[in-house]
Amino acid sequence: MKAAVVVFPGSNCDRDCKVAVERSTGASVDMVWHAETALPPGLDLIVLPGGFSYGDYLRCGAMAALSPVMTEVRKAAERGVAVVGICNGFQVLCESGLLPGALLRNAALKYVCKPVDLDIVRPDTRFTRAFGSRRRAVMTVGNGEGAFFADADTLTRVEGEGQVVFRYADNPNGSLNDIAGLINTGGNVLGLMPHPDRSFEAELGSADGALLFQSLLETA
Amino acid sequence: MRARVHVFLKAGVLDVQGKAVENALHGLGWSGVSDVRVGKTVEFDLAGPDPAAAEGEVRRMCETLLANTVIEGYRIEVA
Repeated sequence: MKAAVVVFPGSNCDRDCKVAVERSTGASVDMVWHAETALPPGLDLIVLPGGFSYGDYLRCGAMAALSPVMTEVRKAAERGVAVVGICNGFQVLCESGLLPGALLRNAALKYVCKPVDLDIVRPDTRFTRAFGSRRRAVMTVGNGEGAFFADADTLTRVEGEGQVVFRYADNPNGSLNDIAGLINTGGNVLGLMPHPDRSFEAELGSADGALLFQSLLETA
Repeated sequence: MRARVHVFLKAGVLDVQGKAVENALHGLGWSGVSDVRVGKTVEFDLAGPDPAAAEGEVRRMCETLLANTVIEGYRIEVA
C-alpha cells in the first residue's frame, strides 16, 4: 500500500499519521507539502492530519481547503483514492465540500481531550471492514471545534444515505446525532474527529485506530 | 475603496460563544439582554472605482473564503 500525508502549515499530527499508517499497515508513506501541485503517483490513501492548519484563522480548515494540493486531493478522490481526514483534516474536508456539514465550537466551549467510545455504525466501509464483528471502538479525541453541524435537510440526507460511520457513545462536544465520523456517498472519503493516529497501539491506550488503516489494505 | 464584511452564524446555528457572553452580561446585572450573537468583521482596501462591481467581487470572496455558508451568513458594506 502507498500512502501520503498532506502537511499544512500548522499541522501537528502529520508525523503521528505517518508512523501510525506505517506501523499499522507496512505502507510506505510520503509527506506532501500543501503547496505541491502534484501528488506522488499510485497512491492508495491520502491522509489529511490533525492540527491547526493556518493557525485555525478565519475558520478551522478554511484556508487549508483552498491550498494548491487540495485540487489534487479532490481529483484523486474523484478517481476513488481513499482519503481520510482526521480532526482538523475532517474540518478541511467539510470546508472543501468533499463532505457535507461543518464543525462548530464545542457545546461546552471546552477543548475535549480524552479516549472516547465509538459505535461503529457502518462496519462495511473501506475504512472499517477490519473491525470484523466488533461494533465498538475506542479512540482519542482532542478538539475544541468538533461539534458536527448540518442543516435539517442535509442531516436527513446524510442519515438516509447511511453516511454516518462512527457515533459517540457518550457525546463529548454537542455533535448533532452524536456524529463522530462521516463518509461520502462514493464511500472513499472519510472524515472523523477521533484520532486513529493516537490510538494505534496498545501502549497508547487503544489499538483500534490500526484497524481503520488496516481496513484499507484489502482494497490497496 | 474600503470593504467591510460582517460574518455571523446563521439563525438556528447554536452560537455557544454568544451564549457565554450573554450569561456573563446577565451575571453583571444586564438581565434585559437576550439573543447575543458573536461574529467577526473583515475589513480591507479594494482597488477599483466602481462600488457595484466591488460589491460583486466581495460577494465572491465571501462565497469562496470569508464565510462558510453552511453555517454562516454575511453582510457587505463598500464605501
